[in-house]
Amino acid sequence: MSTSTETIEQLATREYKHGFYTDIEQEVIPRGLSEEIVRLISAKKQEPAWLLEWRLQAYRTWLTMKEPTWGNIKYGPIDYQNIIYYAAPKKKPALQSLDEVDPEIRRTFEKLGIPLEEQKLLSGVAVDAVFDSVSVATTFKEKLAELGIIFCSFSEAVQNHPELVRKYLGTVVPYSDNFFATLNSAVFSDGSFAYIPKGVRCPMELSTYFRINAKETGQFERTLIVADEGAYVSYLEGCTAPMRDENQLHAAVVELVALDNATIKYSTVQNWYPGDKDGKGGIYNFVTKRGKCAGVNSKITWTQVETGSAITWKYPGCILQGDNSIGEFYSVATTNNWQQADTGTKMIHLGKNTKSTIVSKGISAGHGQNTYRGLVRIAKGARSAHNYSQCDSLLIGDKCGAHTFPYLEIRNSSATVEHEASTSKIGEDQIFYCRQRGLSTEDAVNMIVSGFCKEVFRQLPMEFAVEAQKLLSVSLEGSVG
Amino acid sequence: MLKVRNLHARVAGREILRGIDLSIQHGEVHAIMGPNGSGKSTLARVLAGHPEYEVTEGEVLFEGEDLLDMDPEERARAGLFLAFQYPVEIPGLNNAYFLKAALNTMRKHRGEEELDAMEFMTLVRERMKQLDIDEAFLNRPVNEGFSGGEKKRNEIFQMAVVEPKLGILDETDSGLDIDALKIVANGVNAMRSAERTFLVVTHYQRLLNYIIPDVVHVLTDGRIVRSGGKELALELEDKGYGWLEEPVRG
Repeated sequence: MSTSTETIEQLATREYKHGFYTDIEQEVIPRGLSEEIVRLISAKKQEPAWLLEWRLQAYRTWLTMKEPTWGNIKYGPIDYQNIIYYAAPKKKPALQSLDEVDPEIRRTFEKLGIPLEEQKLLSGVAVDAVFDSVSVATTFKEKLAELGIIFCSFSEAVQNHPELVRKYLGTVVPYSDNFFATLNSAVFSDGSFAYIPKGVRCPMELSTYFRINAKETGQFERTLIVADEGAYVSYLEGCTAPMRDENQLHAAVVELVALDNATIKYSTVQNWYPGDKDGKGGIYNFVTKRGKCAGVNSKITWTQVETGSAITWKYPGCILQGDNSIGEFYSVATTNNWQQADTGTKMIHLGKNTKSTIVSKGISAGHGQNTYRGLVRIAKGARSAHNYSQCDSLLIGDKCGAHTFPYLEIRNSSATVEHEASTSKIGEDQIFYCRQRGLSTEDAVNMIVSGFCKEVFRQLPMEFAVEAQKLLSVSLEGSVG
Repeated sequence: MLKVRNLHARVAGREILRGIDLSIQHGEVHAIMGPNGSGKSTLARVLAGHPEYEVTEGEVLFEGEDLLDMDPEERARAGLFLAFQYPVEIPGLNNAYFLKAALNTMRKHRGEEELDAMEFMTLVRERMKQLDIDEAFLNRPVNEGFSGGEKKRNEIFQMAVVEPKLGILDETDSGLDIDALKIVANGVNAMRSAERTFLVVTHYQRLLNYIIPDVVHVLTDGRIVRSGGKELALELEDKGYGWLEEPVRG
């Protein structure tokens, strides 16, 4: 019976909705990477000497490193000398209100459905909008400042809170961590910084929208979030990128630090341009995200919905250093057409009674290849550590693939480690059942997929969950018809 | 309201239906009985448009429309409901959410207002009471972790909510104990009206003690070999299917 195969082919072919290009004057520096370029970036940002030194150490380390090849992904060689490592909109970034934002930029955000003023009014979300490499609008800052919360661009933090940046930068992801993180450490342009002081519960979701827009400009965002003792913060990161033919490299680093009794929730909806139906173009997304539960009873939760990018390579992890600390990872990764994802997490148990939970949902359609790669390491001193992992794969059609690579390193016999895995296919019977209830094939697939992802969506803040669900259905459109 | 003429259908290259003729008027209840492998369930699935089955000959008119020309979802929206023999599990998908989406698609098709969450819940609570269904049912995933009996009851519950013109019950009685059978039958009987038609597919006569049919058809080897009143079902119960086949063959 061919209906379901046709169906399956077709749900995968709706055009990328966020594919447009905004024409704004850009200030760019020459292509390529050298010590001079690193110095130039640092100088443009008027950074202190210690930060330049840190960048240079990273750069020199990077020169000795090799691009990793262990990922279950295939892509052509990246020419690191053909990348422009810094671009900023020419307009002055220090704006007092949204009215001062370049109208062209604001139109772009509106096309993406992110009208800043509306968000400001309705959703209570403070948005630090990173447009290319420099922040152009920051809202709610004053309200947060009253509580002593610092939420600003990374560059601003370097200028205004250098002691905090210096204390925590590189403490979770050192500059020598891995090829892409090291590259980021040398050339990072901007990103977000948040600090929640002792005992403060951040009253709103903090949010950053990243967007690649400068032609052929690699994005090297750097984000650092510190929750001091007893603090709580929920941070949202959402991305979309415009349609572009060349592959674009994105190598971000995110570091989270949770001190005693602190909680950080970090949620991502990633929708970078995935390339076209034939696998042409799309973002290469090599990201290093890691959180350190440094204090006792601290907790870090990563939730990610990855629908975009031609290549996704990321393993948001937790170092569970404090006793009784908790790390969680909830992930939905979708690959359609020719997308490839090699993603998962690392849970490093160091403290006693540490707990980690991993729930990974991979959805493959078209020729998509989806790999879960997860490491659970229980160190010698981690008495009574507990891990639960669940990895489920859903296949749509018969040309896609799902792969699971769980790594377990247990050095303490008191540990409890559970691992469950499943692979299923959207069945013709499920689709027929839904159609017999009057639903179109497309609605049927969306419902089946959203049911599959429910445990992860439940972890997202409400408005984000709705957005994530929409994104998922857009990214699977045409995979069944 | 339903006219089936010389219907032939096959699955995986094997012919299962070999010329079915059937005519059902508004408000009637027809039972299709027959031994295993006679094509009863195939008939139900073909009418609902299951993509695995290929119709090779014949025609089906539903309210005067060419049913075979319609997609499964169009048939459903036009008022044809199939209570599945083996209801399908959809992990993680909330029962209430699924049913509300289904109902509103059908209402939209009929040019009726879509129900909001409040109106939907009012309707659903009433139907649940009739079918003795616990409210916790609504928040469970569609058929996931349901017992066989719960799945069947869920089918009849869905039917009671979407209120189709034609309800096809595919071996709804199998796997039900006598109490559940009575509840299901009561649910169906409560829905009987001059506008609503039922086609009840069953292997056993038992269900027909509770849902009294107007006409009973006996299907063997892909053909209807005998039609009669409700007493035909009793006769079958008594004598089995064997005695019917002989005169046809002879």
